[in-house]
Amino acid sequence: MSRELILSSIRRHLRRGPLPPDHRLMLAARLAQHPRHLIPARSRLPRPEQIALFISQVEKEFGTVVRLSGLEDVPGAIAEYLAQHNLPTRLVAAPHPEITALPWGERPLLEVRFGRAEPSDQVSLQHGFAGIAETGTLMLPSGPERPTTINLLADTALVLLRASRVVGAYEEAWDLLRAERSGGNGPLMPRNVMLVTGPSRSADIEQTLELGAHGPRRLHVLLIDDDPAAKPDAG
Amino acid sequence: MLPTSPAFKENAARALQEERLQKALARTKPQFHTKRAKAVAALPEFEQIRDIGRDIKNHTLQFLDHYLETWAENVERAGGHVHWCPTAEDARAAVLAICQRVGARIVTKGKSMISEEIALNDYLERHGITPVETDLGEYILQLRHEPPSHIIGPAFHLNREDWEESFRKSHTDLPPDRVFRERRDILTEARTKLRERFLAADVGITGANFLIAETGTSVIVTNEGNGDLTQTLPRVHIVLASIEKVVPTLEDATNMLRLLARSATGQDFSVYTTFSTGPRRPEDPDGPEEYHVILLDNGRSSMLGSPFQDMLRCIRCAACMNHCPVYNVVGGHAYGWVYPGPMGAVLTPTLIGIDQAGHLPNASTFCGRCESVCPVRIPLPRMMRHWREREFERHLTPSFARTNLRLWGFFARHPGLYRLATRAGAALLGWLGKRRGGRFTALPLAGAWTRGRDFPAPEGETFFARYQRLERSHAL
Repeated sequence: MSRELILSSIRRHLRRGPLPPDHRLMLAARLAQHPRHLIPARSRLPRPEQIALFISQVEKEFGTVVRLSGLEDVPGAIAEYLAQHNLPTRLVAAPHPEITALPWGERPLLEVRFGRAEPSDQVSLQHGFAGIAETGTLMLPSGPERPTTINLLADTALVLLRASRVVGAYEEAWDLLRAERSGGNGPLMPRNVMLVTGPSRSADIEQTLELGAHGPRRLHVLLIDDDPAAKPDAG
Repeated sequence: MLPTSPAFKENAARALQEERLQKALARTKPQFHTKRAKAVAALPEFEQIRDIGRDIKNHTLQFLDHYLETWAENVERAGGHVHWCPTAEDARAAVLAICQRVGARIVTKGKSMISEEIALNDYLERHGITPVETDLGEYILQLRHEPPSHIIGPAFHLNREDWEESFRKSHTDLPPDRVFRERRDILTEARTKLRERFLAADVGITGANFLIAETGTSVIVTNEGNGDLTQTLPRVHIVLASIEKVVPTLEDATNMLRLLARSATGQDFSVYTTFSTGPRRPEDPDGPEEYHVILLDNGRSSMLGSPFQDMLRCIRCAACMNHCPVYNVVGGHAYGWVYPGPMGAVLTPTLIGIDQAGHLPNASTFCGRCESVCPVRIPLPRMMRHWREREFERHLTPSFARTNLRLWGFFARHPGLYRLATRAGAALLGWLGKRRGGRFTALPLAGAWTRGRDFPAPEGETFFARYQRLERSHAL
């Protein structure tokens, strides 16, 4: 009823009736093709420089990055980072197979729980779906393997990201997501997709930037150099 | 919120005398300007992206019915619900019905201008539900019972002392003699207080920067992460969105997002840009169990096909007010309702009526800076002129202004008389000026102007006469 009220008011003011079928087909085709628009030249770079751009953009937005040569180095790098910042050695991690399979046993002092984050968690570890070099942005879609609360509740957010998953522009990250999800018969989008650029902040008090508003105060990316073309010495 | 827009002149006069406000304005203006300019300079394609943004919005508005239907179908496919609300009253009632059905007592809120437009907080409170604003700026305004003065920096008009004073007054469970050494201490206290609220809330309400037809998605953009906590932790997520927020695809939304943060805060991208589609899926470990969108029209559909249609392209970045010489001296409260600055001067009359908001389109020097920075190239000055014409047609303009405008109009239509009159005027002023040493220290009807400076006297000849004379001498 009120749906029809709004739709008919739109049509009346556009001075037309409902769209004819051929018009609707044309618009449906635009949605099916979802054409890309202009993509800034900034991120069109050879792989090593693209990764370097991603890192410099994360750092520009007050995040930090450490490059690791393999997944096996992750627990050690985490232990080191936590010690450096005087943080507790207890963390909640996303139950992603790549994270559960890490050699946690080699670092017995790290106490890891897998699942969604709780308000008492100080440190969290997320699995990055993609990195976007254009602005140093992480794409974090929700799902059983990547709880959304992991991105939000802890003071210190760690994100594991494969260098092979770093792309230039947002559009390329959308393509990765479309490719992963187009097979199923559910909705194209997961419940939640967060694009995260740096740690939480606010400038509401006298326009002065302060980090750590409601979300994490620190954002640290553990970047796995798994892309032979992307290693700093590859060029 | 009861509009005080009819009292714009009095509001503005008062704002000019408010020391605290003037201090805040002086601090804010240069920041917004330089940050935007820097971000724009760092993206050489920015002007083209603006054109594309304008075209995407125009395309969507032309087929708005179709895109809204497609969007709604996809929301429902993902398990969400759409509540079509022609009026503010419908929207308030729809929110209340959901809250009452789930027995909500505390409702957390992300920043939403639609919420201000429909005066949701007062309404919920009247029905025994406690709304809690979680955007830091909105939170302090709620403590102080003040409306926002800016659409993206709602509390920019407050100084640090105001924050400390309000926190001491409101957070009475904390030691009254605690010290706020830095701004960080204020932030930390707010974070702790609001964490309790996030966890206690039954329903979370956010706005929407965009809706995406292709996927049935709503998008919010924040730096604090408050919007994400608001929509992730409670059992129910309600999105407040107006009909013009829809764009066709993820790629279209992406183009708009390249414009939004740069135009608003001068960031390349906001910290959290979040795409929400329906409620928690069966296998998800977290997220709300219900997802509702309140889709509000409230007069917007009648802007289609009118001289104000272009206003529906607005993405609420606030660049127009940040660059407006009028806004920058009177601040946002003077405009008297939810939307201040140039975009408010155009939008407010359509939403609350030109009889209420007639002063707003007049509060412009027509310098054109708003249009020059608008990411979707809305011709704001032209639309303010449309409102002035309508105000004149409906006899809402005061009679003194009408008489003078009519007088000017008469001369403008009779060029011979116009030239004669201006020539006589210029000659008189030139003659008087010579007797006063070439400067006037006081002029009738312009006392306020000459109080601060002298008016240089004309030389006694009109521009047109001199032009003609010079042309003739060149021709020889």
